[in-house]
This record gives sequence, structure tokens and C-alpha cells, in this order.
Amino acid sequence: MPTLEIRDLHVSVETKEGAKPILRGVDLTINSGETHAIMGPNGSGKSTLASALAGHPKYQVTSGTVTLDGEDVLAMTVDERARAGLFLAMQYPVEVPGVSVANFLRTAKTAIDGEAPALRTWGKEVKGAMENLRIDSTFAERSVNEGFSGGEKKRHEILQMELFKPRFAILDETDSGLDVDALRVVSEGVNRAKENTDVGVLLITHYTRILRYIKPDFVHVFVDGKIAEEGGPELAERLEEEGYDKYVGTGATMSA
Amino acid sequence: MTATTDLSTDHTRAVADGAHSHGVVPAGSRAERVTSFDLADIPVPSGREEEWRFSPVAKLQPLFAPELGAGGVLTTVVEAPEVKVEIVGRDDARLGTAGKPGDRTAVTAWNAFSEATVVTVPAEAVASDVTSIRVEGVSTDATAQHVLVHAEHHSEAVVVIDHRGDALLNQTVEVVVDDGAHLTLVSVQDWADGAVHASSHRSVVGRDAKLKHVVVTFGGDVVRVTPDAAFTAEGGDVEMVGLYFADTDQHQEHRLFVDHGVPRCKSRVTYKGALQGAGAHAVWVGDVLIQAKAEGTDTYELNRNLVLTDGARADSVPNLEIETGEIDGAGHASATGRFDDEQLFYLMARGIPEVDARRLVVRGFFAELIEEIGVDSVRDRLIDSIEAELEKSMSVITGTAPAQEGA
Repeated sequence: MPTLEIRDLHVSVETKEGAKPILRGVDLTINSGETHAIMGPNGSGKSTLASALAGHPKYQVTSGTVTLDGEDVLAMTVDERARAGLFLAMQYPVEVPGVSVANFLRTAKTAIDGEAPALRTWGKEVKGAMENLRIDSTFAERSVNEGFSGGEKKRHEILQMELFKPRFAILDETDSGLDVDALRVVSEGVNRAKENTDVGVLLITHYTRILRYIKPDFVHVFVDGKIAEEGGPELAERLEEEGYDKYVGTGATMSA
Repeated sequence: MTATTDLSTDHTRAVADGAHSHGVVPAGSRAERVTSFDLADIPVPSGREEEWRFSPVAKLQPLFAPELGAGGVLTTVVEAPEVKVEIVGRDDARLGTAGKPGDRTAVTAWNAFSEATVVTVPAEAVASDVTSIRVEGVSTDATAQHVLVHAEHHSEAVVVIDHRGDALLNQTVEVVVDDGAHLTLVSVQDWADGAVHASSHRSVVGRDAKLKHVVVTFGGDVVRVTPDAAFTAEGGDVEMVGLYFADTDQHQEHRLFVDHGVPRCKSRVTYKGALQGAGAHAVWVGDVLIQAKAEGTDTYELNRNLVLTDGARADSVPNLEIETGEIDGAGHASATGRFDDEQLFYLMARGIPEVDARRLVVRGFFAELIEEIGVDSVRDRLIDSIEAELEKSMSVITGTAPAQEGA
């Protein structure tokens, strides 16, 4: 069974004052088909974990390992990680002017699969996936993320998750900034991907709201760059009631 | 009502490149710049003058001389069936009607030619095909050339001037667009390495006439094009579009001047360029003058530069002079940015290899502009040329000629 394994991961970010440690020993194992929620206060390092797994150049792994079925993910370039089956739905998707969504999706799909998708079925597949996510068909000809609203950007991320069929998807605060309708649409998309592909999901969120739509198998509380507590869905319910006060009181840093 | 000006300058991405200059106020009003057909009025520049301060004057020196030959280029015109082509002597009354020379190369070009190529689109004719003027460099003797493209009233045509080969060329292109005519004029500089080309484009646009003026510069050591446009009556519309790609040690300079001297005319200027390699230098200067009598003017100019590698330099200077408040709109934007690493990360995080991702971003940068040009044959050629340029940039980025594929 495909497994994403994170062991004792330490990550620093480059700042003007030098390297600043953010992750301080993260241990996490995700099997395919499982959904893990990572929750925690702002500044606890949740998004750093997402970016570091995808290989963003701003983040330096100082020690630890990440393996996908035993393959060393950290030795891979950003694009190699994606082709190995990792997908990051970004918190702030980037605008790429002049590159149409249709062209982008086809180019990425071709790169990930190692061959161009069959023209006929691909067109239908994209159209269907867009309909499911309530993305207007005119978006296919628009530039990637350019002029998209916050909700449109997030739906476009999940569209890619459904079309690219990754083995593991990291959703970095996909719920942030979404109204209830958009949250439901996006969550349905994630659930469809789970049913159709047995994808393993690492769901990073500040709020419990999205967990009403996407049921986690495991919940991890992230504090000060590592996992402070782990449990099942009941842990999320407890966080809903108690908040993060219990954790941040114990020396964890909180940023604005 | 006087506060109708909409001055805006987009600096959002101008910080990435320390070599970027912007907003330098010129020494004097553009209206006061000397223009003349007389050599004596415009002396050989030292290089410190406002209009020459970015230019490699030493390389252009041969074109400052009053004596220039005619044998350095071969000119072949393939015209649309409706279009008329003539070779005329310099005393032909139709020449010299689109404004006076405004700098030294323009005035020497005017004084040195003996015969001119005149392309006429007859009144009310609609050209059924592109008219192509092919200028082939055959020797590096300093050469003067004069071309007049005249679209008579209510005619429509597309004229493409295509420069290839190696040459040392000093050129004037006069463009006369009579009342109600629609002319698209495209000048492609696809010279071989070593070519030096100075070109003064002088256009006049009549009542309700429209000129789409397109400049595309890829090849040559030094290319300096100075398109001027002026309106003779109300309702004129000028759209100036430029696309350039400067490589190692190439100097590509585009200096534009749109002179709004009559009321209710419109101008749009959009120039975009990419730069790569040490010593690649792009200069864009966009002067717009709205004279006191040019009420109801609507103008906007924009320049964007995408710096792909270290060692390239882009100078971008928009100048807007407004002598009346009674205008519909006036604005400019200039921005020079490095390749955006976040775009690269986003595309690579979707499995797209770095080389392909860069290609996508650069194509995207130019995409809208290429669509705007709206001439199919030019469009396809442009896409091919951009691809060829990108091949060069990939070898700069990866350090090896072939694209490096992951996994």
C-alpha cells in the first residue's frame, strides 16, 4: 500500500536574519486512502510542512526524511515530486498570465502521466470535472488564476486534484476564505477524489468547519513546529470547543 | 472641469531589477526638440544627449555621416493586387510629408537617399492580401533607404516590412494614413548577428483614420527604431505595439513619440520585451505630448520587460506631457521584473519540468500582445521566433544545450 512517511523532519526558512527553524521534528505516516487533518494555531508551521513537502525553494530541510513508498522525496526536484504522485493544493495559488487553464491542465497532465491524455476523453473529463465543481466552462480559456476570486482559485486547485489523480494530496488551508457554498463544493470534490482514486489526504486547516464535510481518520495538533497531540475525529470536536489555548499557553509562539 | 487626467504608474514589479530606470524627466519638453530636414540643424551627437544617452553611439557612428550608399540592401516588394508600388526620385512631392527628422540618423537618412520605394493603397481599396516589403542585407556598407507607405482615404491594408541578413542601414519609413483609412504597418527586425539598423518611422494620421503600427525586434547587434506619430484631424486612432527579445550583447532601442496636436484622438502604446544573457540591453522611451488644443485626447502607454537571466539591462522611460486638462484619459505604466520564481514553483509543483515551465511563462508574457497584432502570417512567425529565442535562453539557464528532463 502506498505510504508517505515523514520522519523527524526539521525545516528552516531563510530570513534576513539568517535561517530560522520552523519545523522541529515532525513524524507522520499517511497511507493511501487515509485522511489526516493537521490543525493548529497560526504560525505553528502547518503551511511550512506543506511547502517543504512540495519542495518550495524558500524552505531548507535541515534534517529528517520524507519517503514515498521508500523513495527519497527530499532528493527529488519539485516537478519530480509531482510526477511521483504528490500534489499540493496551495493556500495562495499563483497567477500565470497568458497561460490558459486548458493549456495548463493538459501540459501538467501530460507531464505527470508521461504521455498526452487521449484528446477525446480528456476534453470530456475536464468538462465534467469543471461542472462538478461549478466552474464555468469559460474558465478553460482564461489565464491560470488571473482575476479569479479566492473561491475560484480554490476550486481550480481541487479541479487539478481530481484530474491529476495524485497518490497523496496536501491541502493547504483550502478552506480559508471560502463561504459555505464554496466550502461544500470544494469538499465534495475532495471526497470524489477520495472515492475514485484512494488518494491519501493531508488536510491542513485552522478551523474545524471543513471537517464536517471531509471526515478525517486522524487528527494531529500542530504546535510550535511539531505534532503536540494526535487522535481520531473526536480530537477535532474537542478543539472546536476548547480552541488552541491549551497548547499555545505552553510556550508555543503565535503570530498575527 | 480640469481634473480629468488619470496619471498612473505601475511600479509593482519594477523593484526586482536594480538596473531598471524609470521616470527620468527629460531635459526639455518634447515639443521643443529640434526637427529639421537640414543636416546643419542636427549635428553629430556626442552620446550625452537625451535621445542618445542609452545608445551605443560608436557603433552607430557610420550612420551619422552625410554620405551614405544605397547598395547594402536589396528590397523586394510583393504587393496585394489592389496595391501600387513605385520607385521614385527624391524630388517626388509625396516624400517628406509625414513630419521632419528628429535626430541625427533620421536627418542623414533623409539627405542621403536618391530613390524611394512608394507603396500606395488606392482610395477606398481593400487589400485582399498582405503587402510584403522584404529588405535583405547584402553588404555592410553604410546604406540609406527611404520607404513611403500611403493609405489613401477609406482604404484598408496590411503592410509588412521584413528585415533580414547583415546590414548597416539607416532608414526612413514614412506612413501617411488619409481620412478614414485603416492601415496596419508591421516592421520586423530579424537581422543576422552584426547588423546595425537605425530607423525613423514618421506617421501622420488623418480624420477618423486608424493606424496600427507594429514593431518586432529579434536580431541584429544594434537596432534603434524611433516611431513618431502625429494626427492631422479629429477622430484619429493610433495603436502602437512592440515586441522584442534581446540576447547577449544585443542593443534594442525603441523610442516612440505620439504627438496629440488636434482634439479627440486616441493612442495606445503597448511594448513588451524579454531579455537574456550578459550585455543584453533594451531601451524603451515613450513620449506622449498632449498639446493645449488637443482636448478630448485619450492615451495610454505601457512597457513591460521580463528579465530572464542576470547581466541583462532594461531601461524604460515613459514621459507624458499634458498641456490641457480637458482630456478623456492619459496614463502610463512601466515595469521591469525578473522571472517570477513563484510562477515557476506553481507550474513545477504540477509536474511540469523547469524548462517547459519557463517556456510557458514567457509565451504567456507575450501571448496577449501577439493576439493584438492580428496578422496571421506575422503571428505564426512570431511564435516561431519566440520559440527559437527561448531555446537560447534555456541553454543559458541550464548551462547545457539540451533541455534537462527530470526523473
